Amino acid sequence: MESFSLILAIVVVTALAFDFTNGFHDTANAMATTISTGALRPKVAVAMSAVLNLVGAFLSVEVANTISKGLVDEAGIRPEVIFAALVGAILWNLLTWLVGLPSSSSHALMGGLIGATVASAGVGAVHGDVLVTKVLIPAIAAPLVAGVAAMLATRLTYRMGKKADGEAAEKGYRAGQIASAGLVSLAHGTNDAQKTMGIITLALVAGGALAPDSDPPLWVIVSAGVAIALGTYLGGWRIIRTMGKGLTDLQPQQGFAAQTSAATVILASSHLGFSLSTTHSVSGAVMGAGLGRKGGVVRWSTATRMFVAWGLTLPAAALVAAIAEWICGFGSWGTAVVAVFLVVSSAAIWKISRREIVDHTNVNDTDASGEEPSGVVTQAVAAVAPPPAGTVTDEFAAAFPEQVATDPPTKTTV
Amino acid sequence: MQIDWAALGSVFGVSLVVTVALVGLFTLGIAGLSHRDRAAAQGRPAALAVTGAYTCFATCAAAVAYGISLIMA
Repeated sequence: MESFSLILAIVVVTALAFDFTNGFHDTANAMATTISTGALRPKVAVAMSAVLNLVGAFLSVEVANTISKGLVDEAGIRPEVIFAALVGAILWNLLTWLVGLPSSSSHALMGGLIGATVASAGVGAVHGDVLVTKVLIPAIAAPLVAGVAAMLATRLTYRMGKKADGEAAEKGYRAGQIASAGLVSLAHGTNDAQKTMGIITLALVAGGALAPDSDPPLWVIVSAGVAIALGTYLGGWRIIRTMGKGLTDLQPQQGFAAQTSAATVILASSHLGFSLSTTHSVSGAVMGAGLGRKGGVVRWSTATRMFVAWGLTLPAAALVAAIAEWICGFGSWGTAVVAVFLVVSSAAIWKISRREIVDHTNVNDTDASGEEPSGVVTQAVAAVAPPPAGTVTDEFAAAFPEQVATDPPTKTTV
Repeated sequence: MQIDWAALGSVFGVSLVVTVALVGLFTLGIAGLSHRDRAAAQGRPAALAVTGAYTCFATCAAAVAYGISLIMA
């Protein structure tokens, strides 16, 4: 066994915590359409997704081996930098979960890494062109590709399926949705669990506990797989509700077309070397399916909030990570301050989430936040408004009004 | 900075074609099965529809298997 310093242990635990948030943040990608169309009961859906995520984590270590290379110079990486990056990514994941918006966990992680690296090694350590090709272009392309495919597929299935009705059709669309959702879950396990494995391995190498260019050790693979599966099973019900019910009303045909489109785009893109975000693909596919049905409506206010969240993901995670890295730079007590801040703010976000509980019992209720016309504008404004300058704590206090806006008017205190 | 437009284009093309083809095939299969149900209700045979339906589903299953092999690669 490797010799472990305290900071390494902290990084590993934080990385697993990120993996966990990644799991429940992204359950929606695989299962939102399946749950909202009633193809699977909510608990069954998340259980299936969790198992497939776990299986996926063991399938290959390719992604884990490439995650660390490319975006930032490895030379400038210390365990503290990775810790700061993870803090930024976790907090952004929790915040977007709180307001029920799907956003890319990978972008949060990349943003965190970039912010922490800039704070530690300067702007020069970030490869700007990689940022554009791996983050910006895919973020625009993914929803477009998946959306257009899902829209055409939806049109087609409605046109061809006019004669398809009765029990056979119902069963068929259910089976189809489950199969494509299963593929997305499996792909998610191989991709995202491995990102955490890559991060932990990078930290172990940076901390000198592991020789450079090592494959992830078995305990890293197992713990990362378990963490993402647990998170998935817990279920990010708020995001599932937004994706399954908030963006548009999905019928089984649309759910099937959307999920098939998403699965195809994810697999095709990773195979053809132009990786697209799972979250962006699924969101785009759901909207495309909404547009493809006659009389189908996409709730653009919810979609706009989502787009804003996508745009903010990278800079927000980067900003938090940069501040965290800056505080870590003061020495051990600085790292301790950041760790305490992470725990306290995570607890606070969880506490606020209990005001309006969304779980497997009410995930399909249509009174999801953002549907009352009066609230939409305030929410959009709250989501777009830049946080006032101030300390780290202020920044998060400023982020909470988004939540207040989503709450019923009676609960406007923070 | 180099944007790999060719890769992006092929992702777009492949995704579009595969999605539409799969969804189309699957819908065809479902239509075949509901045809069988209607035929059975009226006492007519529907062997062709059933064979066609299962061919469609088998093709879709093969696509899923290929997808899994891509994930494992």
